[in-house]
Amino acid sequence: MTKVGQPPKLIVRGKRLDGRAPDQLRPIKIKAGVVPNAAGSAELSIGDTHVIVAVYGPREVVPRHLARPDRVYLECIYDMTTFSTSDRNRPGPSRRSREISKVTAEALGPAIFLEHYPKTELDVYIEVINASAGTRTAAITASAVALADAGIEMRDLVCSIAAGKIDGQLVLDLFEPEDNFGQADLPISIMPRTGEITLLQMDGDLTKEELKKLLAMNQKACQEIYKKQKAALKEKYEVKK
Amino acid sequence: MSDKIFVKIKDVVIPGELLAEGMTFLPAGRAFRKGARIYAATIGIVDVRGRVIRVVPLSGCYMPKKDDLVIGRVINISRSGWAVDINCPYSADLNIGEVTTEYIDLAKTELSRYFDIDDYLLARITDISESKYVKLTAKGRPFRKLIGGNIINVSPTKIPRIIGKEGSMITMLKQLSDCDIVIGQNGLIWIKGTPQKEMMVAQAIKKIERESHLTGLTDKIKIMLSGKK
Repeated sequence: MTKVGQPPKLIVRGKRLDGRAPDQLRPIKIKAGVVPNAAGSAELSIGDTHVIVAVYGPREVVPRHLARPDRVYLECIYDMTTFSTSDRNRPGPSRRSREISKVTAEALGPAIFLEHYPKTELDVYIEVINASAGTRTAAITASAVALADAGIEMRDLVCSIAAGKIDGQLVLDLFEPEDNFGQADLPISIMPRTGEITLLQMDGDLTKEELKKLLAMNQKACQEIYKKQKAALKEKYEVKK
Repeated sequence: MSDKIFVKIKDVVIPGELLAEGMTFLPAGRAFRKGARIYAATIGIVDVRGRVIRVVPLSGCYMPKKDDLVIGRVINISRSGWAVDINCPYSADLNIGEVTTEYIDLAKTELSRYFDIDDYLLARITDISESKYVKLTAKGRPFRKLIGGNIINVSPTKIPRIIGKEGSMITMLKQLSDCDIVIGQNGLIWIKGTPQKEMMVAQAIKKIERESHLTGLTDKIKIMLSGKK
């Protein structure tokens, strides 16, 4: 069955529609410290996907009943701007944005020393400026950089990327047409030092073998992303002579 | 197993970065141990002293510590004291008994006579309980109400640089500007002098904050301040 607007083939002569090899990432740019008013912030672009993350806190919890006596209350708010998609995106929270906010908080939580900031709140505001698939993974990757920039105590950074299946072939870092018309999409996030997985979602169908291959592909790509995160943070803080 | 250290003094490290391996080393500051390895917990600068590996944070909000001198703003007056905002996630309590030794009849005295809402004051942290209940004292010198002047906000991680080695920077600032300057460990600085001088000091402090990683900063600030005199 073909859907409206579906290109006849997603892989032509071994190359994908944007000219990438199956296991090639889109070009990534990360910059730390872009929002002066925030405690920490980061800007990330991967291909045409562009997100800005600002971290505020730790600060007093509002409303107060959400405060936890033994740990920080981590709040992530994922939002897509009205102009981030080709059709206007209706502003305000949606079912999808609430889901992504929740999984982002759960993906970042294990990397943060939550217990070092009892009775406080940590806000992570994620704004998608342009969406071209992979916004949740971009959001998590950028959030980790923003949290580190805010001086939050962390066990490790968190890197995130998706892989999937298009035209029966396993590929890394899907972009928009591949995401819309592909057969499967598997976003994961890991803590690069240990390789522990903090997020794993799947959309579509995969065999057990395919899943294993995609996980290996994602792990390898995350190490590459980790290098970019590290470089972005060091660039901001290293002494410029 | 051979013990190894992977970083040099003054290296910038990021959270989760491996600093050293082996049980001979000890983590301090914002470093933590996991198994035999020591990692950095925040973005910071490495300091190695003998066996101790320390990470000095480069960013982050103020977290209250016992015996810190802080500048606070009164946010509420209760029956027997004040609630004070000390620029951190927890509000602090200042009891009337920690302000004066004289007898006060609470039934007859308005506490706002001492500190009113929105007054700034200098106090010391005496205690932080397990549940992050912060207690202050403001009895005797140098504690007082900070009347007039200006409050500026800097990153608490830069406070040691603004004070300088054995107070060299702050002494120079005070001498060259004829301003009264009080520094709180929580990142608030109170400056009082003529408006022009206050502005000058604020600019100098902001410059120190921006260029805290450079050497010879004291001389630079000296030139900056004496040039404008």
